[in-house]
Amino acid sequence: MTLKQARTLAFTGLVLIAAAIWTFPLYWALTTSLRSENRIVSDGSGWLLDELNFGAFREILGNSKLPMWYMNSVGTSLIITVIVLVTGMMCAYALSQLRFPGRRLLYLVVVGSFMVPVPALYVAQFVLMNDLGLVNTWWGIILPQLVVPVVIIVYKQFFDAIPKEMREAVVLDGGGEFTLLFKLYLPLNWGITAALAIITFISAWNNFFWPFLVVTSEDMMTIPVGITQVNDAFGVAYARMMALALLAAAPVIIGYLVFQKRVTEAVMISAGVKG
Amino acid sequence: MLTPKRRRRERRAAFLMIAPFLFIFTAFFLYPTYSVIALSFTDAPLIGDGNWVGLANYTKLLGDRLFHTSLWNNFYFVLLTVIPTTVIALLIALAVSKLKGRMQALVLTLFFLPYVLPVSVVTMIWAWMLDFQFGILQPLIAAVTGKPVPVFKNPYWVMPMIAVVTVWWTNGFNVLLMIAGLRNIPADLYEAAALDGATAWQRFWRVTWPLLWPVTALVLTLQLILQLKLFDQVYLLSNGGPFNRSYVVLMQMYREAFQLNHGGYASAIAMVLFLFIVVLSVLQFQLLRLGGRK
Repeated sequence: MTLKQARTLAFTGLVLIAAAIWTFPLYWALTTSLRSENRIVSDGSGWLLDELNFGAFREILGNSKLPMWYMNSVGTSLIITVIVLVTGMMCAYALSQLRFPGRRLLYLVVVGSFMVPVPALYVAQFVLMNDLGLVNTWWGIILPQLVVPVVIIVYKQFFDAIPKEMREAVVLDGGGEFTLLFKLYLPLNWGITAALAIITFISAWNNFFWPFLVVTSEDMMTIPVGITQVNDAFGVAYARMMALALLAAAPVIIGYLVFQKRVTEAVMISAGVKG
Repeated sequence: MLTPKRRRRERRAAFLMIAPFLFIFTAFFLYPTYSVIALSFTDAPLIGDGNWVGLANYTKLLGDRLFHTSLWNNFYFVLLTVIPTTVIALLIALAVSKLKGRMQALVLTLFFLPYVLPVSVVTMIWAWMLDFQFGILQPLIAAVTGKPVPVFKNPYWVMPMIAVVTVWWTNGFNVLLMIAGLRNIPADLYEAAALDGATAWQRFWRVTWPLLWPVTALVLTLQLILQLKLFDQVYLLSNGGPFNRSYVVLMQMYREAFQLNHGGYASAIAMVLFLFIVVLSVLQFQLLRLGGRK
């Protein structure tokens, strides 16, 4: 082994250790969740996975409203994702391919709305949801989360890049604008659609502040809000708390590991940086 | 050559396509924007009508000691997070970009993972890590200060520790942007610099740093805007305490609106944050344009 190889190996080892330390809190949550509460209170949690006690997981799944919160999170996040993508791609298509009065103004407004810090609108949005009778409902959670200007901006960029000649074939076959969008522009952009869907879904899933405001009944809570209630109800229960945290995090962790490339792509694109 | 008929059809299609978004945007974004501005000039409770009070809410804010504390804490939190997270992300990105293939993918995954977690999962795990009695990090804290510290109940530790948790949680995003920026630097620049006998140190400051600057500036401004919107972590870890040492602007907006039933006053607080962030976003935009022109 040459000196250079040895240095590369040492460097790789160091970076790997740093990454392991960075992820350590998650590992720690895992070892804690698999111990009995008694053992944690007597000698703390341990470095090793030397006990596989699923009692905490069983209790959380059996005695908390976690399954209900999963349903609420999956339902609201899916609806948000579908509506945001469909309305966003149609609006982006019009902005990119069609001429109509007010086009520039609409685009400016969409870009400008980027700057508005959404939490500053929460008081007014809450009043609106209350007036509509949507407090403590799925639609109350969903409606204010449907404005995601970045989806329009990204779609428009990708639609702009498609050569105009490709339209002709569809137009000659008598296809209208909706045919063009759903038979040509969308199929050419499945990749970016998947990326935008994932990033929209994750941010809807992870939103805490808005669902926390608009939902007060435990049965309607989403995962990030619901698990804080268990927190209050259990008192001191370290293993159960960590089991709860891991169960709440599992869908996003698994989703990220499966769609890793798309997630990183989406993050970069939505920040306006090409990877 | 568009015939009037085709033009009409195009307009009709365009209208149908923008209508759904426009409806959602107007009802749930533009209208709330208008009403938060309007509410901020009234003494309305959260639910119900109020009277027009002109600038009274804003003049009251000027003299509100708690609001000063909140603004200061937001500023302090920005100091604690924005530059540190940018530096840490740059270091991690530089290290990761030196690795190859699967090893690079693995390390990047580990550093990015916390970013996808819901905030309450993050705070639960860190509350346990820093637990006063059994927290794994307490021996470390005791080694520095001589005794364990209930960090989220301690006026000096609370903001720095919320900053640590926040950086851990959100840093992966910055790492990704930095790596993308590093990949866009042409390799032949490094080769040319190496041929000229530049040391690694010189290569960093003469090639990497200036070419990465647009991305660094982007990360700095995005972080600045993000961290000003601090609420979740504070609410979940310290609830603004102890002694209001972690009380921030959105915390005050929340309390005024939803606990004290002061919708008008809360709206004025929201407007101040609104203005701060719009000004910063415009600055960011200008900065990026300048960066792009170079």
